[in-house]
Amino acid sequence: MEYLYFPGCSLESAGKAYDESLRGVFRSLGVRLTELPDWNCCGATIYMSVDETTSLAITARNLALAEQNGGHAVIAPCSACYTVLLKANRFLRDSPELKEKVDRILGGAGLKYDLGVVIRHPLDVLVNDIGMETIARAAKRSLEGICFAPYYGCQIVRPERGFDDREFPTTMDRLFERLGAASAYFPLKTRCCGGMLMTTFPEVCLRLVKDLLDCAAENGAHCIVTTCPMCQMNVEAYQKRVNKTFGTSYQVPVLFFTQLLGLALGCSEQELGLPRNLVALKAPLAAVAA
Amino acid sequence: MNDGDRIPGSLPASEQELRKRFLEEAHLVPGGERISRCLQCGTCTGSCPVSYAMDISPRMVIALFRAGQIEEILRSRTIWICASCYMCTTRCPQAIKITDLLYALKRTAMDAKLYPDRFPVYVLSKSFVRIVNRFGRNHEILLLLLYYLRRNPLELLRLLPLGISLFRRGRVSLFPKKIKGVKVIRQILDAAEVLELPREKEPVEYVEGTVGYRAVGQVRA
Repeated sequence: MEYLYFPGCSLESAGKAYDESLRGVFRSLGVRLTELPDWNCCGATIYMSVDETTSLAITARNLALAEQNGGHAVIAPCSACYTVLLKANRFLRDSPELKEKVDRILGGAGLKYDLGVVIRHPLDVLVNDIGMETIARAAKRSLEGICFAPYYGCQIVRPERGFDDREFPTTMDRLFERLGAASAYFPLKTRCCGGMLMTTFPEVCLRLVKDLLDCAAENGAHCIVTTCPMCQMNVEAYQKRVNKTFGTSYQVPVLFFTQLLGLALGCSEQELGLPRNLVALKAPLAAVAA
Repeated sequence: MNDGDRIPGSLPASEQELRKRFLEEAHLVPGGERISRCLQCGTCTGSCPVSYAMDISPRMVIALFRAGQIEEILRSRTIWICASCYMCTTRCPQAIKITDLLYALKRTAMDAKLYPDRFPVYVLSKSFVRIVNRFGRNHEILLLLLYYLRRNPLELLRLLPLGISLFRRGRVSLFPKKIKGVKVIRQILDAAEVLELPREKEPVEYVEGTVGYRAVGQVRA
């Protein structure tokens, strides 16, 4: 099996550990990832709010490059990239008018896109292509004793009807339960973390993050496991500020799902970028990592 | 037409202009015309994680649009506070693309230069676009610098400790990197600009002075 890989801008900086751990997990499973050469920003949710057609064309450059590189399936781990690339694919498929415009724009830059690319999330690929049983066979450490809050965030399951339910997904729950962990009752699993609101309206966003931390703590989770670099940043890096604002004292580790999976697969802490996390792992997580 | 001798029940000229612009933007969204199906059930507002902080709820946005009060929507903080989580879009029983329509409203507001100075989210949006156009990828530090220098430079000091601890863990890239295909991005932008021009010369069908359901019906499929 071979996939093209679209890391996205966040995975080059604040979400670097996601990139490292994703590569580590795929390496230990023997599945090849080829980074899409010279990819550009997907446009995120912001570009679309300034100019729709241009935003689609910029996104479509990546799709055209992927097609050129023979890639049928492109893995996009960042939720914003994933949803924007999916959305661009759908807009271009559903609207001949937009497709024609984007074709002309791409044509002017010597590119061409024939709707031949499928966008996949790594969680989907791991569970539905590689398979839970293959992963379980490759596992070197049990996650027994770990209770995790499965936090999917919003854009991996919405707005497109993707690989799991849009309000109550279970892919990650099932994966880690198969590896011995217990998933905490976590009704906020697809509740928004606020994303860029942490910059524009921090007072609104901090409350969203506090809700998530409350919910995880009340239900006995040792850690929050996420699939998105924005969620990881907001819930982990701003925990101190939540504590200061609301008088709480949370110290909840927030892991990328690939970090927890990598631990089960026997990857080293370095390989998984664990030293980059701001909140240190505590028992029983630390015991697995050791 | 002078607003003073307007036909009773018709819309002021400025409102008509905004309406036209918004309908053009909404028309660009596949399925955008479904805004006319709104039942005013309020599922969107009830599902929204940030409606508690909005001055106009998502349901009210559609109600105000029908009532011919677009300017009030554009001046609200609502369109800037949406975090794009798509819960409203997912749950809407009429399959209205609420999140995408809020994007259309943002574009209308930025086009018309109608935004409250106190909520300069548009500064963030425009800075983001500038960075992507210039380098091909986003650069978090540059984006935050451009935004806070404009909005509140003191906030940068407050963020410094967090920035330092992220930097020490290798989670900050100091300088933006250009992709090789920046030239291609430039060509895409130029081509898009040329294509965008005719749009202004061919406005979508619009019957002047209509309000309520009749005006909503002017969004074509």
